[in-house]
Amino acid sequence: MNDSPTTSTSSPSPPSTSSVGRVLRVSGPLVEVDGIDRTAMLDVVEIGPSRLAAEVVSVTSAGRIVAQAYEYTGGMRVGDGASALGHPLSARLGPWLLGGVFDGMLRPLRGGPTWLAPGVLRAEGGGEARWRFSPKAASGDVVSAGDVLAAVPTAGDVEYRLLVPPRVSGAVEWIAAEGDVGEDERVATVGGHDVTLAESWPVRVPRPVTTRLDPSEPLATGQRVVDLLFPVAKGSTVAVPGGFGTGKTVLLQQIVKWCNADVIVFVGCGERGNELADALTDLGELVDPRSGRSLLERTVVIANTSNMPVMAREASIYTGMTVAELFRDMGYDTVLLADSTSRWAEALREFSSRSGELPAEEGYPAGLASAIAAFYERAGTVRTLGGTHGSVTVIGAVSPPGGDMTEPVTSHTERFVRCLWSLDRDLAYARHYPAITWRRSFSRDAGAVGDWHGAAGRTKWAADRARAVALLAEADRLAPIVELVGLAGLPARERMVLLGARLLREGVLQQSALSKNDASCSPEKQSALLDLALALYERCLELVGRGVPASVVEEIDLAGATRMRDEVPPDDASSVTRRRDEMLEILAAVG
Amino acid sequence: MTGPGEFTIPVEYQGAHSVEGPLLVVDKVADVGWDEMATVRLASGEVRQALVLEVHEDLAIVEVLQGTSGLDPREVTVGFTGKPFEIPVGEGWMGRAWSGLGEPLDGGPPMLGAEMRPVAGSPLNPTLRDVPRDPIVTGISVIDALTTFVRGQKLPIFSSAGLPHLELVTQIAAQATAPGEPFRVIVAAMGLTHVDAAAIRRALEKRSATGELALFLDTADDPVVQRILTPRVALTVAEHLAFDRGEHVLVLLADMTSYCEAVREVSAARGEIPGRRAYPGYLYSDLASIYERCGRIRDRPGSVTLLPVLTMPAGDITHPVPDLTGYITEGQIVLSAELAGQGIYPPVDVLGSLSRLMRKGTGEGLTRADHPAIAAQLVAALAQAGQVRDIAELVGVAALTDTDRRYLDFADAFRTVLVSQGVDESRSIEESLERAWKVVSVLPQRELTMVPTEYIERYYVSSEPAGTEQGASRNAAPASGEGNG
Ligand SMILES: Nc1ncnc2c1ncn2[C@@H]1O[C@H](COP(=O)(O)OP(=O)(O)OP(=O)(O)O)[C@@H](O)[C@H]1O
Ligand SMILES: [Mg+2]
Repeated sequence: MNDSPTTSTSSPSPPSTSSVGRVLRVSGPLVEVDGIDRTAMLDVVEIGPSRLAAEVVSVTSAGRIVAQAYEYTGGMRVGDGASALGHPLSARLGPWLLGGVFDGMLRPLRGGPTWLAPGVLRAEGGGEARWRFSPKAASGDVVSAGDVLAAVPTAGDVEYRLLVPPRVSGAVEWIAAEGDVGEDERVATVGGHDVTLAESWPVRVPRPVTTRLDPSEPLATGQRVVDLLFPVAKGSTVAVPGGFGTGKTVLLQQIVKWCNADVIVFVGCGERGNELADALTDLGELVDPRSGRSLLERTVVIANTSNMPVMAREASIYTGMTVAELFRDMGYDTVLLADSTSRWAEALREFSSRSGELPAEEGYPAGLASAIAAFYERAGTVRTLGGTHGSVTVIGAVSPPGGDMTEPVTSHTERFVRCLWSLDRDLAYARHYPAITWRRSFSRDAGAVGDWHGAAGRTKWAADRARAVALLAEADRLAPIVELVGLAGLPARERMVLLGARLLREGVLQQSALSKNDASCSPEKQSALLDLALALYERCLELVGRGVPASVVEEIDLAGATRMRDEVPPDDASSVTRRRDEMLEILAAVG
Repeated sequence: MTGPGEFTIPVEYQGAHSVEGPLLVVDKVADVGWDEMATVRLASGEVRQALVLEVHEDLAIVEVLQGTSGLDPREVTVGFTGKPFEIPVGEGWMGRAWSGLGEPLDGGPPMLGAEMRPVAGSPLNPTLRDVPRDPIVTGISVIDALTTFVRGQKLPIFSSAGLPHLELVTQIAAQATAPGEPFRVIVAAMGLTHVDAAAIRRALEKRSATGELALFLDTADDPVVQRILTPRVALTVAEHLAFDRGEHVLVLLADMTSYCEAVREVSAARGEIPGRRAYPGYLYSDLASIYERCGRIRDRPGSVTLLPVLTMPAGDITHPVPDLTGYITEGQIVLSAELAGQGIYPPVDVLGSLSRLMRKGTGEGLTRADHPAIAAQLVAALAQAGQVRDIAELVGVAALTDTDRRYLDFADAFRTVLVSQGVDESRSIEESLERAWKVVSVLPQRELTMVPTEYIERYYVSSEPAGTEQGASRNAAPASGEGNG
């Protein structure tokens, strides 16, 4: 082991073993072990004095396995001990998750050492913490998987519900009384099965549900271009592809802060440490407008930054998904955001190329497409085992090399998601944020969301969306013509289309994440802003229709309309409507 | 006391099994750890360093950092140190010039120190990171005003062959300060020609003599495996100064393209599967293991700020080296051949450049209260001026509105008053901001929509009363789309 001052001493306690072996070969993270006779593919083995976790990637002949370590194997020697744990990579789940920050294997980072030398993080709980346990079932009750056994209050607004674990059912033989309990203490016995607050779940296995339902209720993200043009339904899937600096992280973090889900799982998968520090500071300071509490308390952060071990990065996506599913099973709407899924795919590529798999496109394993599909398939709106509704919405950033949208990760991901928010380098370059381009983005939820708004009495939502989309498309069609003939060469009506599209872009679609008023926008203010832009556009069309020269209309100062998004608070729709009426009057005076 | 890559009690083996490319296979070994450091003594007495790439039963495959030329496996003595490649840390590095592996280049004694650290470092616990804040002042107007370096961030310079990036790096190394705080500069040069290396040494002699600067020079003819360690050596020294001694350290890494080529070469020699442009698939993670070593730590003084410099092969920003760098760093400063062609130094392409964390380093109490607003206004006006120029090319300058013509004048003033600067000229923040105001004052006041009125009243340089005429050209140029921008 390296003996920098940051290296911890190895754990003195021998691992709980099901079988002990000996290292034969070490080549980077690949470790060949001899003498383990009971283990299966993808099971975890612990190797060496620091008990580094590794995943079995091949079982050659009797007792000889190759495992891929989750951490740096520097200093590991031939002859080091290895022991099989007898189960695949599993996450330790429990009420401590909310508000916490974890690495890709769900090991707590808070309170950890400054420098993360291999083996210093441990998943086992401290055993110290006590949690308030309020039973919701009584001895003798007959329960089945997914039923609520107890409630555990957390620091925030979200109540942690202890459920009957999947595959367990029967009579409650014993349940602890109201009081404080430890994480690994038995709190109930159901059908012969002991239940503790801590639950272990294999991260690569989806948690079971009763049925899947069709997503229709929109996830309100507070971001206008999303909610108005490319809405995502709760339980749906989104990919956000974009080159570097186009705004993926800012957009995802805006959603972490402002969306109306109950629980947020943010997976920083191979991205920047400074960004995470910034996000954690923000979340700690921002207050959830709905609960009045710190936003961090509804959030679980998985931070496997780009300099942390690559194999744990590969696992982080699944760990995050397992946490999201856990809260879904409690009946919550959860959102899983992964920044960036491309770094996960790269980890997958390293994983497979080292284990000698034949490479397909650009070195990625042939199973890349199915791995991406399987990941997004774990999203959904469901009836839980316990009979309530819950959802997992998945939003994944994609970082195409060289901005090339035809590369394997981007092109496969596009096929498997319901919504695509494509970020455009030219928009970002022109500081049009969020740089979601209306040309390459789509939402297959738009119809269902429109119906949902309609059923709630907002019948204009779908119609206004259609008008906005049409206006943007027509302006895009005109843009190259203007470049050829100049603005003056266009008929008056077309010049108004360009003006209308500009109002829409600057007054509605652009949204500054840095502005207090503009960072988030209520559905009412969103509709009012869209209505303002469309109403002014209609009036301008009428003016030129009545013979007012286009140049006269173009010179009217409409900044009062485009500034509105930033001038009034996030939920002040009525000021926007007042401004609309004032501006319409100004225009009326022109004609 | 030990020096770089040295050790005390080695386990030694006489003779090796075979040699293949940079790799030496040593047999009949025991207790050798993966990735530990070894020394290889040749018959001539020459000692080379090596890293363990694989251990397999009683075989150890090691990679010889200085190459295997002239090496006969039967004649070598291989010693295993039981440790990864480490260097001593401490003050002794400062004020001196070293090789890429930390051997003296200046005729002075080798670096010795009581405390050794592995150069690979360990990841910083992200929950203990502090957000970068406070500026580094480079004395270069266009950088300090528009893409301010923030202490703890990583901001690269993207250049192309033939552009004066080495001059710029040298100027920054010579001038940069963290006003009022202890400040150090560490320059790590990778794959430089001897002429360039000598020029950098000469130019930085003065600052080096004060003990504020250290140079690690890996030249183009040094073994490529060594090049991979050079930035890590520099960062290990920097981390110690920053996080154990509370100093603000700026680390300049030039040229990262040479570094990446070394990674590619070593990867090919190891027979790994090549990825984009034959760079290994792990290049992103490898670069991150360097770039992510910048930062600040909560409740500790000091910071490591990283300024990598790279040349974009054929000026292509989508090439893996700039692309993967851009995906890790917090913005970029792009140099433009067009500006350099017009004789502008430093030829910074402001619209293509961005310091993402600039907000944390500018404004009230950091630089000046008006700084963020005036910077945003300059960038927006420059973008607008670009659109006006495109239109002027179509319809002629005569057909432009008065306001639009002022935008063209603004763009000229921007280049000559703000950007252009001498290679030895250092400007204070105040002077740079004063120049910024002089430049925006070419525009009528009403065009300055991003600057609060109080700053306009205070800093705007009035030449004539503001007009009321309004340009109608703005609707014409949609700020959208994939094809144009
Ligand atoms: N909505 C927004 N409001 C204001 N500024 C924004 C917005 N979105 C992006 N930006 C600006 O763009 C910069 C880059 O955004 P971001 O970090 O999200 O890019 P990214 O796509 O995640 O890049 P990378 O792939 O390199 O991680 C931000 O630092 C910020 O300056
Ligand atoms: Mg990002």
